[in-house]
Amino acid sequence: MSDNASRTATAHVHGHSEENYLECAHGWKSWAFTLDHKRIGVMYLVAILASFLLGGVMALVLRAELFTPNKLFLSEDMYNQMFTLHGAVMTFLFLIPSIPAALGNFILPVMLGVKDVAFPRMNLASFYLWVFGAIFFLLAILLGGLDTGWTFYTPYSTTTNTAVITATLGVFILGFSSIFTGLNFMVTINTMRPAGMTWFRMPLFLWSLYATSIIQILATPVLGITGLLLVAERALGIGIFDPARGGDPVLFQHFFWFYSHPAVYIMILPAMGVVSELVSTFSRKTIFGYRFIAYSSIAIALLGFLVWGHHMFVSGQSALAATVFSALTFTVSIPSAIKVFNWLSTMYKGAISLETPMCYALSFIFLFGIGGLTGLYLGALATDVHLHDTYFVVAHFHYVMVGGTLIAFLGGLHYWWPKMFGRMYNETWARVACLIIFVGFNATFFPQFVLGSRGMPRRYARYDGEFIFFHQFSTTGAMILGCGLVLCAGVLVHSLLRGRKAPANPWGGSTLEWKCSSPPPHHNFDWPPVVTEPYQYDHIVYDPEHQGYVEVEDIPEEDEVTGVPVESHT
Amino acid sequence: MSTTTAPPPEAAPPEHSGGGNDDHGHGHDHGHDPFLAHHFGSAKQQFDAGKFGMWLFLVTEILFFSGLFCAYAVYRSTHPEAFANADQYLDPMLGAANTAVLIFSSLTMAWAVRAAQLGQQQLLVRLLTITLSCASIFLGVKAVEYSHKWDLGILWSSMFNPQLHAHHSPALLVMSIPAMLAVVATAILFGLGKSKQKPVQAKFWGCLLITSAAYFGGVGLGLVVPIIEGAITGETAVEVAEHAAATEHAAVEHAAAENAAVKHAADHTADGAATTAATAGSVEAAAAEQVAIDMTYTGIFFSIYFVMTGLHGIHILAGMGVIAWLLYRSLLGHFGPRYFGPVDFVGLYWHLVDLIWIYLFPLLYLIG
Repeated sequence: MSDNASRTATAHVHGHSEENYLECAHGWKSWAFTLDHKRIGVMYLVAILASFLLGGVMALVLRAELFTPNKLFLSEDMYNQMFTLHGAVMTFLFLIPSIPAALGNFILPVMLGVKDVAFPRMNLASFYLWVFGAIFFLLAILLGGLDTGWTFYTPYSTTTNTAVITATLGVFILGFSSIFTGLNFMVTINTMRPAGMTWFRMPLFLWSLYATSIIQILATPVLGITGLLLVAERALGIGIFDPARGGDPVLFQHFFWFYSHPAVYIMILPAMGVVSELVSTFSRKTIFGYRFIAYSSIAIALLGFLVWGHHMFVSGQSALAATVFSALTFTVSIPSAIKVFNWLSTMYKGAISLETPMCYALSFIFLFGIGGLTGLYLGALATDVHLHDTYFVVAHFHYVMVGGTLIAFLGGLHYWWPKMFGRMYNETWARVACLIIFVGFNATFFPQFVLGSRGMPRRYARYDGEFIFFHQFSTTGAMILGCGLVLCAGVLVHSLLRGRKAPANPWGGSTLEWKCSSPPPHHNFDWPPVVTEPYQYDHIVYDPEHQGYVEVEDIPEEDEVTGVPVESHT
Repeated sequence: MSTTTAPPPEAAPPEHSGGGNDDHGHGHDHGHDPFLAHHFGSAKQQFDAGKFGMWLFLVTEILFFSGLFCAYAVYRSTHPEAFANADQYLDPMLGAANTAVLIFSSLTMAWAVRAAQLGQQQLLVRLLTITLSCASIFLGVKAVEYSHKWDLGILWSSMFNPQLHAHHSPALLVMSIPAMLAVVATAILFGLGKSKQKPVQAKFWGCLLITSAAYFGGVGLGLVVPIIEGAITGETAVEVAEHAAATEHAAVEHAAAENAAVKHAADHTADGAATTAATAGSVEAAAAEQVAIDMTYTGIFFSIYFVMTGLHGIHILAGMGVIAWLLYRSLLGHFGPRYFGPVDFVGLYWHLVDLIWIYLFPLLYLIG
């Protein structure tokens, strides 16, 4: 078989029989009332990026205030409100829906090979619930702010005169938005897989979304009822969390963390799924330990339900409970480490190309490694007593949430950006942005580990003079991080306006979304796609004519003696 | 029951098509199913997706209530005396009546699924109407219970201020306003449907008129049950009505004056209780002290009671909304052997709402 023959025998790309999803209908109504998962995904993307901007500006304001030990421009009350809203907006409006609702909504059905999610109307309802939840948050800012911390701990949240009820109702509504997304994904994956798409042929991103959905369905309702009880406590005085009336404020903490610890895995599991895709594609090598990665997602989802008590080591929990929760906490590190080792093994002897998404994936592995390992200090009882409520905790969860989820989100965004919008971005500047973000992030949060271990408490507007150096280092890093993110946004916006038209498969990915045009047609596939093993790259070759990868239909002939494919491309 | 079966392929036996509105029913010869969404490959896939989705939703519902059951368990273990004492304010007969009503509605709902599967249009409409009416009766009984507690001051923690004698407020009347409005509105719409000769609309509003009126049947039931109960146990209706207020009555059988004294003690500190009761003898003193301790945290029981039964009531209302939607679609003849998914899914939801009540009833009413 000659080179020419293999090039002409390229597989047909889906999407020539109808217009792509961006151009198949016009006008604002075609977006506002769309049932197309791709358009809903894009609307989610715009919405969560707006929230990220809001939360990010708050973060920069907080860091700026901390540049000096004394008051710069924020009063103590304003500072309390600012960090509360930063945390609440980032958690509930950005991190939780970021990868599942924006990228997942767009990619899941295409990756799975189906036309849409199982319940398209519920999908749209989920988006509008998100919008209503966001409106409640904005109302809370207008109606006196919120200064409880994103955790809404009683008894402070029942006594402060800020807008706790409004914000809690916002959380309640956002919870249902999250449940609807999870329910939709779970049903879609369970009942709609096309012929040939067996459980163990599913791309690992889908496994991670499935695991995430389990948590969304099982944990979020508990947050819902906790929020309702808090509202009833404030509005009616039901006394459930009030010791004077026989209630127990620690019960609130149990309820809250029963959701909010698994919610941490709602944030990180999809990020791990994205990284699994990126590492395999950009190493041009079959993922190492597919089943281990798949099962470890499920293991993390289930173990995540058993560790909430590690947030309450100093809340007066019994010594036995604390010991058990500590031990269980360490078990979560096993499936997490399985993933990291499998990514490293995938890269070993792979043909690694450092495209922008891969740069983010490598950043993720490094930062998640630090975030995960520092978690062990917080899971250990003795060290946690020292580190509890210090900047060490702040640094730890920012390494996981920002260094993990945000970085993977950006990696996934750069990976699927050509698919979503049909445009390539400037590779060089995108890589520069990634580097600046990486440097800025570490400069912001690494000093906070030191601050915390030296006793700097979290949530303080003022601090002792001995901490000046690290705080100023951190603030400088935050500004660098901000610049990197602005550059990243600039590169992506520029690509929409001036970017080169994207080929169907710019990265040589082997999963189904790369088999349809960029952007995909309205119904994703012209005919039900043929599903084979994922992560096979032998038949995907670079074609300079398309400036992208094409699939060669006939598998290259094998040398009968060695079983090695005969070289069919240069 | 056959509620777990997928729709049978193609030709299902149309044996019991008792509806008579065949013009609305599915044409069995249609090549394309009008209710098959474009993104599903087959009716079976659509049914399976809907069913699995509903089961997952029920899981979220159970976890939603689990927080409350958990709070119940925690506070029952920390304040057992409060729970034991509070139970006397609840009338198990009313709870039992409501349990019976809901279990019966589960029967009619399950039967409605079968009627849809067999294409028995008229029976389906009737069964859905009965299910809706049972839900209304349940709410009527609940309104009697709530209004009675309002009159006695037996409310959640911050408002918990039990009175010996119920003061007569228009609470029941106020709670019944939505039902009255519903009766008037459905009657008008029923009349309009009749006069404009829109049979589907007329039937739909007629069924909802029956549903709205059933609420007052529930109110009647809620008022009559205690009277019958009193007749059987030999107490007068008035005594029974105030039975809940007179907690001491159940504990120690005394004259009304002494009851008032203990009651007085209950409203004060344990010291006060001891001094008051000292005049009445040591046995009474112990009893009074007991009551004084009991009353401290009884309010938290009623916090849990109102949150749990209130949320359950909201679920009943939501269920009524979706069953009314089913009713309308049944009148249009949408459901038959080839398409009955929505009836099945709503049925599952209704059984769950019923099931939660089956747990609430013993946990709240039968722990004395």
